[in-house]
Amino acid sequence: MSIDLSVWEIVIGLEVHTELATRTKLFCSAPNEFGGEPNTNIDPLTLGLPGSLPVLNEQAVELAIRVGLALNCTIDRSVFSRKNYFYPDQPTNYQISQFDLPINGEGWLELPSGKVIGIERAHLEEDTGKSTHVGGGGRIHDATYSLVDYNRAGVPLLEIVGRPDLRSGDEARAYVSELRAILVAVGASDGKMEEGSLRVDCNVSVRKHGDAELGTRCEIKNINSLRSLGRAVDYEAERQIDMILAGERIEQQTRHWNEDEGRTLKLRSKEQADDYRYFPEPDLVGLAPSQEWIDRVREALPILPAARRHRLCERSGADTAQAALIVERGLDDLCLAALDCGADPSRTITHAEHNLSDPKALELDPEMFAKLTKMDADGDLSSTQTKTVLAELVQLGGDPGEIAEAHGFKAMDSGELDAVVDQLIAENPEQWQRFCEGDPKISGFFVGKVMKATQGQADGKVVAGLLADRVPNAAKE
Amino acid sequence: MSSAIDIAAAVQSGERSAIEVLEEHLGAISERESEVHAFNLVTTDQAIAAATAVDELVAKGGPLGPLAGVPVAIKDNLCTRGVATTCSSKILEGWVPPYDATVVTRLAAAGAIMVGKTNMDEFAMGSSTENSAFGPTRNPHDLSRVPGGSSGGSAAAVAAGFAPISLGSDTGGSIRQPAALCGVVGVKPTYGTVSRLGLIAFGSSLDQVGPFANSVAEAALVCEVIGGHDPGDSTSLPQAFPAVSEHLSDGVAGMRIGLITEMMGEGIAPDVAKRIRAAAEWLAAAGAEVEEVSVPAVTFGLSAYYLVAPAEASSNLSRYDGVRYGLRVDAPTTGEMMELTRTAGFGDEVKRRIMLGTYALSAGYYDAFYGTALKVRTLIRRDFDAAYERFDALLSPTSPTTAFSFGDKTADPMSMYLNDVCTIATNLAGHPAMSVPYGLGDDGMPVGAQVLAPALGEVAMFRVAAALEGSLS
Amino acid sequence: MTEPTSPEPTKAPQTTSERITTEQVAKVAKLARLRLTDEELTRFTGQLGDVLEHAADLDLLDLEGVEPMAQPIPLANVFRKDVPGPILDRDEVLAVAPAAEDGFFRVPPVLGESE
Repeated sequence: MSIDLSVWEIVIGLEVHTELATRTKLFCSAPNEFGGEPNTNIDPLTLGLPGSLPVLNEQAVELAIRVGLALNCTIDRSVFSRKNYFYPDQPTNYQISQFDLPINGEGWLELPSGKVIGIERAHLEEDTGKSTHVGGGGRIHDATYSLVDYNRAGVPLLEIVGRPDLRSGDEARAYVSELRAILVAVGASDGKMEEGSLRVDCNVSVRKHGDAELGTRCEIKNINSLRSLGRAVDYEAERQIDMILAGERIEQQTRHWNEDEGRTLKLRSKEQADDYRYFPEPDLVGLAPSQEWIDRVREALPILPAARRHRLCERSGADTAQAALIVERGLDDLCLAALDCGADPSRTITHAEHNLSDPKALELDPEMFAKLTKMDADGDLSSTQTKTVLAELVQLGGDPGEIAEAHGFKAMDSGELDAVVDQLIAENPEQWQRFCEGDPKISGFFVGKVMKATQGQADGKVVAGLLADRVPNAAKE
Repeated sequence: MSSAIDIAAAVQSGERSAIEVLEEHLGAISERESEVHAFNLVTTDQAIAAATAVDELVAKGGPLGPLAGVPVAIKDNLCTRGVATTCSSKILEGWVPPYDATVVTRLAAAGAIMVGKTNMDEFAMGSSTENSAFGPTRNPHDLSRVPGGSSGGSAAAVAAGFAPISLGSDTGGSIRQPAALCGVVGVKPTYGTVSRLGLIAFGSSLDQVGPFANSVAEAALVCEVIGGHDPGDSTSLPQAFPAVSEHLSDGVAGMRIGLITEMMGEGIAPDVAKRIRAAAEWLAAAGAEVEEVSVPAVTFGLSAYYLVAPAEASSNLSRYDGVRYGLRVDAPTTGEMMELTRTAGFGDEVKRRIMLGTYALSAGYYDAFYGTALKVRTLIRRDFDAAYERFDALLSPTSPTTAFSFGDKTADPMSMYLNDVCTIATNLAGHPAMSVPYGLGDDGMPVGAQVLAPALGEVAMFRVAAALEGSLS
Repeated sequence: MTEPTSPEPTKAPQTTSERITTEQVAKVAKLARLRLTDEELTRFTGQLGDVLEHAADLDLLDLEGVEPMAQPIPLANVFRKDVPGPILDRDEVLAVAPAAEDGFFRVPPVLGESE
């Protein structure tokens, strides 16, 4: 079944863990590197050896502040706490995290659609090691033993906790995509979901429109791509609605997304909350970034995706969807530079949206791009010719005027085109008769003939116009 | 036996060799260690190698450190590279640290020679060294009595002449109390003045490393060697250790010294109280203004301490799980393995404190226990601050009694905890305090006078301690 | 973690004076990964109760408006530069590990879920 969205509302809140792109770990100088031989990025603290002590990585804090500012968060005085639980991935059996006082408080993020999603907090914490379960086909419950690698233990994470403001799988994907763009833009993360640099836990609940209370939520783990995120949300929402319709109660659970089976499976019940015995980490001191530091980070921030979209819309008249696509491709700077060189705004956006998907387009000379849009807008080139010139401009560079000339593309004067059209009508009376009778299929016949006769120099739209002009008035009625 | 200062001078001048000094102390160890049991491990080979290296340096003309050739005993909760470090616990069986504690590195750089790792209460939890998994240490002054704890091995090693100086750690009195019971000097410096890197944690916000010695001057020198900023410890203050050695002979004339009322009454043995009053009188005679002063909140120290220290310990000791190092008791699952390992590896006192701390931090109890205890810390600090507005240093007994007999207090943990009643408040406040021998009790056993000072008030503290020491000679 | 997990027990103590029960000690032992015999459970419950009873003196204090002091020193903003330092020799570390295989620490099967 599919969800009747006129009745049901899906409520989604995401917790995104991002590994910060530092050289070393959060609290020690062991390297922060992905992959590598097991247990090679280890030092006393990474292994939780007796007597080892944490010292906070300044760069991790800097990156956290960058993300906080990019997400419009407050940057607050914060305290690290210990979250106590036994698990072999966790070398000390406690995780150093921020609990009641996170570095980044309340903020927000704007989706390309213009919708604003609340951010509850974004706090620093350390990552765990990794266990491999051996035997039993790698399934945790059937394993005969497990192997532990602590390379990842202690890698800095920023946990970005979003408000439950998302209402569909597509919106959730847009949120993560936007967040990833921001993280990459500020240099906080490489954004690689497949390497675990970006990990998404997804809280889903459903309720009927108009309900004041939120439904009981389930947390979905193991979402490894944007595609899985959308699928997992849709599956989970459907599962919950089915249960409600069947008169069952939703139990608060942690569920696991199984990509192969395309469904979520219960990991454990969360009705009985864990007792993590949080308390202030006595081996670390408070963190209170100075206003000077925050200001310095703010000044050095690049312009962020949302601002880039707004800027592009204002300057070019692009709509939000166009702006989102162009900014995502990183072509907005090119467009703006071209506009500065007098480019035609509408043609600039159209080409950026449709004809510049090649990554080499980023290196396009804005002045030349601008010149091409003007030739296009002035009717100096047909749309086909414009595309040909643009493709060559992207691949080889050069001047669009010279490229057009080298191809023998030149502005056809209308008299020349009139003559060609008249001649074709005379040579093909049968087809012309059908055209006048309104046969839609025959239009292409004439346009094709004109193109052939002019070696593609004619503009299809112009030709269509000329043909229409020649239809006798009586036939039009 | 000569003092660390005399030994270093003799070695530096070439009058004595480091090997000669070492052999003398190894001789003392072989003579009495079997009855005292100060050490978990005597590191004879490493000591000979280190002493030889010092002698080679002397032959080459230096440079020599201020503790050149001075034997030192190290508490077995300080990490020593390549030398087993056990915390007197079965759970660390087989573990060898791959690094030295900062204080160990600094002692070695100063030319000191480690002669062994000293016995202690398991994970520094105790006041008698009876909680060692390897058997108790005996008080060199009377082998039927405890040396105090938890740094009982380090105190006994100095008292028995096994080494002129040693290092201990003090979380609630674990240096000062055994120093008092063994008749030696013991110093708990201001929190943050001595690095904790490589000190195996008990109560992280309370732990501090400090020295034992036969004299105030030797203790001062060791503090200056091991103290000072360490970038590897986030709680290390960014400054050098206060220059105490140069003020030892300043005297106490004009100083204002308060005798803490709350530590002179109920629970303090009359013979101990008598010695401390004598100390106060002598200080007054030496020109200090001495008055009684009330520090009301210190009476709540014990309660606060036995919530804060176990809470931190319960978390600090969760890493001992049989996964990465130390003991493992095999079991079908990791969860059971962890449980069986910890059950077999920890002694009763450690288990008690882990459970107490886990309880104090657990959901719904945090505010009533841990949260309350942290507020009491503030009150204690506040009351001390008020006293230090009027006084440069404070005076009290170190321990309510002289050394007690084995088994006297093991059956009742609360009676054991009451030994810490005079020392605990200092750790909660983060202040410095030291114990200096001040005569004998009615039983002929040593009595220690505790000198307390505000944070970084070590100069005043050492002046008073040096004056008290001088009054006895 | 979405919100601070702070499950309320059925009856939270308002004071420290309430003595601990054997059920509570059993629960705490489980949380701390300790296994107690019946004799130990009884003995430890009594001993922990003594300590908590002594701590009941804290109930006498007026702590209204008193800031908690988690650390004795007023330091803040202590950092390390993001520069790689020495790492441990894996073989040296695994040589003293209870069990190792192919460069990994080896443990019995793990039941339950990773955080």
